[in-house]
Amino acid sequence: MDARTSAVVEARGLGKSFGRTVVLRDLDLCVVAGESLVIFGPNGAGKSTLLRLCSTLQRPDRGSLSLFGTTEGGAGVRRRIGLLGHQSFLYPDLSARENLEFFARMYRLGDPERCASAWLARVALESAGTRPVRVFSRGMEQRLGLARALLHDPELILLDEPWSGLDAEAADLLSALLQGLRRERRTLIVATHDFERGATVADRALILHGGRIAWATSAGEAPRALDAIYRRITGAVAA
Amino acid sequence: MRSPPEVWTILQKDLRLELRTKEALSGLVVLVVLILLTFTFALDPEGAVAAAPAVLWVTIVFAGLLAVQRAFLSERENGSWYGLLLCPVDRGAIFAAKLAGNVIILTVAQSVLTALLMLFLGLRLPGSVVAFVLANALGLIGFSALATLFAAISVRLRAREMMLPLLVLPLLVPVVICAVEASRILLAGGTAASAGVWLRVLATFDVIVTVAGWMLFEQLVLE
Amino acid sequence: MALAIRSRLAPLADRILPAAATTAMLTALWCVFLYVPNERMQGAVQRIFYFHVNAAWSAFLGFGIAAAASALFLWRGRIEHDRLAQAAVEVGMLFCTMVLATGPIWARPIWGTWWTWDPRLTMTVILWTIYAVYLVLRMVGRDDPEIARYAAVLAVVGILDVPLIMVSVRLWRGMHPSVLTAPEGTGGLQDPRMMRTLLVAFVAFALLFLWLLWLRYEGLRLRDDVRELELRIGARHEARG
Repeated sequence: MDARTSAVVEARGLGKSFGRTVVLRDLDLCVVAGESLVIFGPNGAGKSTLLRLCSTLQRPDRGSLSLFGTTEGGAGVRRRIGLLGHQSFLYPDLSARENLEFFARMYRLGDPERCASAWLARVALESAGTRPVRVFSRGMEQRLGLARALLHDPELILLDEPWSGLDAEAADLLSALLQGLRRERRTLIVATHDFERGATVADRALILHGGRIAWATSAGEAPRALDAIYRRITGAVAA
Repeated sequence: MRSPPEVWTILQKDLRLELRTKEALSGLVVLVVLILLTFTFALDPEGAVAAAPAVLWVTIVFAGLLAVQRAFLSERENGSWYGLLLCPVDRGAIFAAKLAGNVIILTVAQSVLTALLMLFLGLRLPGSVVAFVLANALGLIGFSALATLFAAISVRLRAREMMLPLLVLPLLVPVVICAVEASRILLAGGTAASAGVWLRVLATFDVIVTVAGWMLFEQLVLE
Repeated sequence: MALAIRSRLAPLADRILPAAATTAMLTALWCVFLYVPNERMQGAVQRIFYFHVNAAWSAFLGFGIAAAASALFLWRGRIEHDRLAQAAVEVGMLFCTMVLATGPIWARPIWGTWWTWDPRLTMTVILWTIYAVYLVLRMVGRDDPEIARYAAVLAVVGILDVPLIMVSVRLWRGMHPSVLTAPEGTGGLQDPRMMRTLLVAFVAFALLFLWLLWLRYEGLRLRDDVRELELRIGARHEARG
């Protein structure tokens, strides 16, 4: 099958509940290789849950989810996925460099030290490399978390509110990084509240509301005027 | 089953973190001393010497349960646990690394405990120190295997402080019986041979529970 | 496949098991109280033996089934196996409690003591605690979607541990024979009627075990079905509203 049209993420009837709260219901989604999907939605709509399901951190209660063509999880699948969640998943008492070297080793990357240095430079954190993550600002931690998520050159990149906590400079850095990843034909799924920046990296967009897809861009259509559509659908004042 | 290099990487990371923060060890050692003191006041001084092996193991078990749970919880709370789960590493390797880390920490605590016990009760050094150390190591490995495995469950439940002892203690019976008995024999001056049968049962227990834990840990990290 | 087995068994079980179990148990009661003679040395209280012994193997069988079903569940992920495991634990717990209740009732008049650390009895106490922990775990973790897996891991590690517990307990008891044990020996089953009674009681307990297991399994299945329906109704309401 042509790599460019093979589905990286394929969800059918996806459902997830926590106790009695249903967070995702009957979700169908297909993301093909090289595509960049941006998901908008109010808090509690299920964006984070959807991303976590796609990262293998959680399993669906209902329906099926296949990643890279297989419903079995496993180390092989995890290697090809990078996730940046609300938390950075970093060790607060290790330094930035130590964190990246640790994860580089866990992903069996050759020359973990050089890899860590390179990524510290790419997210503009070289000067803070030896400081423990505990003392980082939210923006710094977010940037380091991004480095951690991208360290192993994953094919599928999942980002949950990546621009939150970043100042304008860092946000531009992130956008540039993401554009670079798009050029490399990686698959991106980004959940965000930021309509402007989200639209700049999106091939496709959808709005999640009450655990369902409330709206999606038509095929081939560039996402536009998203915040107006969003307000109409959710009946809320956009953030 | 080849032991992947990630086991060592994770263990190294955990030990480095512990050396840096001393979070687990400090609380554990203080707790161990306090439980020992409680026993000292509770026990009739004449019976205390005979009870020494029992005190040794009961103390380390109860203190250890809290320590193992605490370590798991703190890693979950700061999110780094999930970073670890995202890595393409065999879950059994994570279990092995956590197990090894817990054994090391508990060994340190138990050494302190043993030294204090001997001091307070005026015990003599065991005849065969090597065998004594071995007996303690085997007991701690078995205990840590159960505790590490079930802490992955209890950490997700409400009433987790109560659930871990509930889950571990019934299955821990062989360790309690054999480790205490082996310690008793060795502290009384016996040789490794005389404690042989207890050590063999302990070793068998360790192998079975460690292998089971390695294979089952995967099941406990799904959400 | 499990569904096919169940649908074939269900009508059979519903119709035959209650009648068979009740008949067998009534027969057993008659045998134990009226048919079989008093045992020479122990007198009337020895009759409890027929219940005690059968409850004992039932208790252990319950755990065996629970462990096997749990292992299958962990391997295959079919919820039916988890239900079977839970049902087996509940039924096994019942019989385990029976053993621990009849033990002292038997021991007191015969050996003058309420409790002995006989290895089998000790083993039964430990089994009882493992059962109890399983049930507490399921109760406390009710809302966790993965609770079935946790309980299954407990059951599997439990069954692996059981031989080790037996060995340790025997060794332990071997160290304190005079203090802990009561003189053993019941003089054997002298009368052929005793053997027959034991057999009848065995069959009665086996049928009762199966019947209770079936009832509990069905109960759990219905509970899950109700929950599923509730979720679907809830979802439909939300879709409309």
